[in-house]
Parts: sequence; structure tokens; C-alpha cells
Amino acid sequence: MITLTHYLTLSAILFSVAVAGIFINRKNLIVLLMCIELLLLAVNFNFIAFSRYLGDTSGQVFVFFILTVAAAEAAIGLAILVVLFRTKASIDVQELDEMKG
Amino acid sequence: MAEIFLACGLCVVLVVDLFVSDRNRDLTFSLALIVLIGTAWISWTTGHAGQVLTFGGSFVSDPLAQLLKIFSIAAVFVSFLYSRDYLKQRNIFKGEYYVLGLFALLGIMVMISAYSMMTMYLGLEMMSLALYAMIAFDRESPVSGEAAMKYFILGAIASGTLLYGISFIYGVTGSLQIGEISAALTAGAMNETSLLIGLAFVLVGIAFKFGAVPFHMWLPDVYHGAPTSVTLFVGTAPKLAAIALAVRILVEALGSVGHLWEPMLLVLAVLSLAVGNIVAIAQTNIKRMLAYSTIGHVGFILLGFVAGSHAGVEAALFYTIVYILMAAGAFGMVILMSSNGHDADRLDDFRGLGRRSPWFAAMMLLLMVSMIGVPPLAGFYAKWWVLTALVNSGHVWPAVVAVLFSVIGAFYYLRVIRLMYFDDAEGEAGAPVAGGWLMRTVLSANALGVLALGILPGGLLEMCARALSG
Repeated sequence: MITLTHYLTLSAILFSVAVAGIFINRKNLIVLLMCIELLLLAVNFNFIAFSRYLGDTSGQVFVFFILTVAAAEAAIGLAILVVLFRTKASIDVQELDEMKG
Repeated sequence: MAEIFLACGLCVVLVVDLFVSDRNRDLTFSLALIVLIGTAWISWTTGHAGQVLTFGGSFVSDPLAQLLKIFSIAAVFVSFLYSRDYLKQRNIFKGEYYVLGLFALLGIMVMISAYSMMTMYLGLEMMSLALYAMIAFDRESPVSGEAAMKYFILGAIASGTLLYGISFIYGVTGSLQIGEISAALTAGAMNETSLLIGLAFVLVGIAFKFGAVPFHMWLPDVYHGAPTSVTLFVGTAPKLAAIALAVRILVEALGSVGHLWEPMLLVLAVLSLAVGNIVAIAQTNIKRMLAYSTIGHVGFILLGFVAGSHAGVEAALFYTIVYILMAAGAFGMVILMSSNGHDADRLDDFRGLGRRSPWFAAMMLLLMVSMIGVPPLAGFYAKWWVLTALVNSGHVWPAVVAVLFSVIGAFYYLRVIRLMYFDDAEGEAGAPVAGGWLMRTVLSANALGVLALGILPGGLLEMCARALSG
């Protein structure tokens, strides 16, 4: 029998994988964008699990909004990436070191 | 409602801008200002004395919302006025800048009036997405793209964390609506662990948006890398949205479990005071220095919430409003200094300003002294009321720490004053500041406003008290 705890554990694992991915990744900005998507998906998982458990639909409505916003966010992220690539000719995370202090 | 007018108005600005040639871009600019004035007028006239809920309880109109909206519209208005010449000289005087700014304002206003976690999140994202694009606006600049990317990644993580926390609170209380969450928490009998997890994640999200230590990494880079006019924008109105976020979530929704979040917030506040004020000393770039000073001020604002009393939140609100007035003036000053084409964002650019332009040096002096917190300027009363609220609620040692770090913080503000009055300008930088009459007038009014508010703080404090009494 799969209970609420199983769903929450899975979403916690997804969340940790995403956060770990963001902090460990030192190479590629696209991977960072993927990690952010994963982060939001983990949240969606949580909302759906709770919504089903509570028998309340507002959590599921929230998920639709999060999905939409995530799409917009990815678009902005990629647009910034294009601007960055034009000036730097690279999408390496380690080259983002122009400013310090 | 004001938001609907703003949304329609900004669409009109967007369409009109399509048919306007680059030479007549001032039309877009004036139209954006007219939309702002209209929005402010509607917010002013449609205020309610009590609390009115609409859209299925997810949108609220109350005195707090009205006060914050008026001030955020004013902040955006002033930042548009300041940025006109700056943008023109850098060939980024485009209609999109104003449309994005209005979109950010719309997000801020939705956030201020949000009474459900869903509206809160949508407003937050609308604001953030517009800000990311504004920071990357100067496409030629090598640093602004980098700043935008950093802000984007950290901002997205912050929203993700906030949402994760909200999902737990939803699971525990069974609702997304702020009033219902508060009612469920007062009724008691909760799963304490889940609530604590949710609370911690929500707090991380809020701290990110405020820029409190240890979630402040984005702030100096964004302030430094963004075009100065955007720095001014990011440093003012979104802070009002952040305080709305904090008041709605921490006080109105989670107020009954204050004993759980107050210790966490205390740690964040003290760390912010320490890091903000100490690291600012080492900066040579004034935008970075002001970024760290923001972190220090955020520490003070959070201390107001730590006090856990009504007076504390009132003091935090007053502090935020005074702070954005000072920040608008200080960044406006940097923009004014940059008006001959090169970015005067190093501290050295302020050398000898006292001899070059005595009037504006005096204005900067007022702003810096107010940030230190010397009477009779507004910054003093802001700090004073936060400290009073803290001591009255029995938090004596955080108050002592706050005073200690303010004294340390005085050093780097005084350094700016020393550079202005006691050092000579190097080389050809000896010219007085340029800048249009509009910019000069608004900036002087802004700085004198800080002085006026310091002499007569009663009115604003009463407004803050009335906003929170509902």
C-alpha cells in the first residue's frame, strides 16, 4: 500500500537531488535550469499528494499555476542565457566571476 | 480596481510604443507616468477602512494594502523619473523598459493584496520575471547578463523553497487561504514536525526575497551588475513587496505559531546586521557598498518582526518606507553622478564633490547621515522605534547587538562624507555634476523629504499604525 508518506519521501528526494544538482554542478548553466525545473516538479508532487490526501482540489489548481509559471520562467532563463552567451561565448558556470567582493 | 487599470494601461503603453519612432520615445515615457498617476489615484480613492475580500477570498483590500501600494507606485514613479537621462545616454531608452517596470509594479501590487498563497506566488513571479529581464536590459554590458543570471537562478531556488514550505503548510492546515490557515492554526492539534518543516522553508524563501544573511549572495552582484537605474528600481519597490509577503505570511497566517519562527528570524536578523555592516567596510564600489548596507537595514527590519508585538511590525513597516526613501535618494545620487556618460559607481568618484557641487554633496550628506541614524533625520526614528519595540517585548540583547553594529556601520557612511568634503578630485573628474532640471529637483525633494520626515515623523507613523490596526 502506497501512503502519503511514500509520496512525501519521493518528493523530498527529488527536492534534494535538485538542490544538490544546483550546488554541485560547476560546468553547465543548462543543467542548472534543469535542476530548477526538477525543484518545481518536486513541489508539484507534494501539492498533489496533499491535495489527494485532504480531498481538497485547491492544491491541484495550484499545480497548474506552478506549471505555467515554470514554463515562463524557463523562457526567461533561456533568454538571459542567450544574452550571456553573446557577450561571453560560453555557458560555463565558472566563468560567471566578473564581480567579486 | 487599481490593478485592472494598471494592467490595461500597460497594454496600451506596449501597443503605443510599437508605433512610436525612437526619437519620440518620450511619448512612451510620459504615457507610463500617466498610467502610474492614474493607478495611484484609483488606489487612493478606492481604499477601505476595514478588510474586504474578493475573488473567492484570495484578494484583499485593506488599509495596509492601500498604504503599501501608494508607496510602491511612488517609488516606481520616482525611479522612472531618475532613469530617463541615464537610459538615454546608454542607448537603452526603450519602451520595453517602462513596460517591464509596470509589469513588475503589477506583480508587486498583486503581492501586496494577496490573501491566498496562490495569489502571493503569482504576484511574486510576475514581479521577479520582469525584474530578471530588466537587469539583463543592457545587452552590451559584460556584467549585467551575469547579474541577471545569478539573480534568476537564486530567485528561482527561492521561489521553489517558498513553494515547498507552502506545500507543507497546506498539508498541515488543509487550506491555501491566509485567513483559513490562521484559523486552523489557532484551533490547534497540528502535526508539529510538518509545520516546522514548512515554516523553515517558507522563512528561507522570505529571507531570500529580503536578502537576509545567509541568503544574501545575490544582492551585491545584482546591485553591482545591473544598470544603475535598474538597481534603483530593484532596491526600492520590491522591498515593499517583501514586507507585504512577510506581514501576510508570518503575521497574518502564521502569527499564532510565532514562538516557532521568532528564534529563526532572530538568527537571520543578527547575522544580517553583522555581515551587512562589516563587509560593507571593505567595498570600493558604491553600489556594492549600498547593497551591503541594504543587508544591514534588512536585519533591522527583521528585528521588528522578532519583537513579536504589534508595535514591532509597525516599526518594521515604518523602517521599510523610510529605507526605500533613503535608498531611492542614494541610488538617484549615483545616477546623477553618472550623467556624463561614464558610470560613476566607484567610491573615488565622490572625491571632492563638496567643492564641485556643494548642493548635491549636502543632499548626499543628509542621506548618509540618515542611514547612520542620527537625529533629527528619518533614519533615526526608524531605528529608534524598532529598538523600543524590541526592548518593550523583552529582547534586550538583540537591541544591544543592533546598536553595536549600527555604530560599526557608521564608519563606511562617514567615509563617503569624508571623500566628498575632505579629499580632492583626481584628474579631469573635477567637473560639477550635470543632469537635467527634473532629476535635480526630484533628487533634492527626495533628500529634503528624509529631513522633513525626520522632523515630523508622526504622520507616517500614524499611517503605519492605522494600516496595521485592521
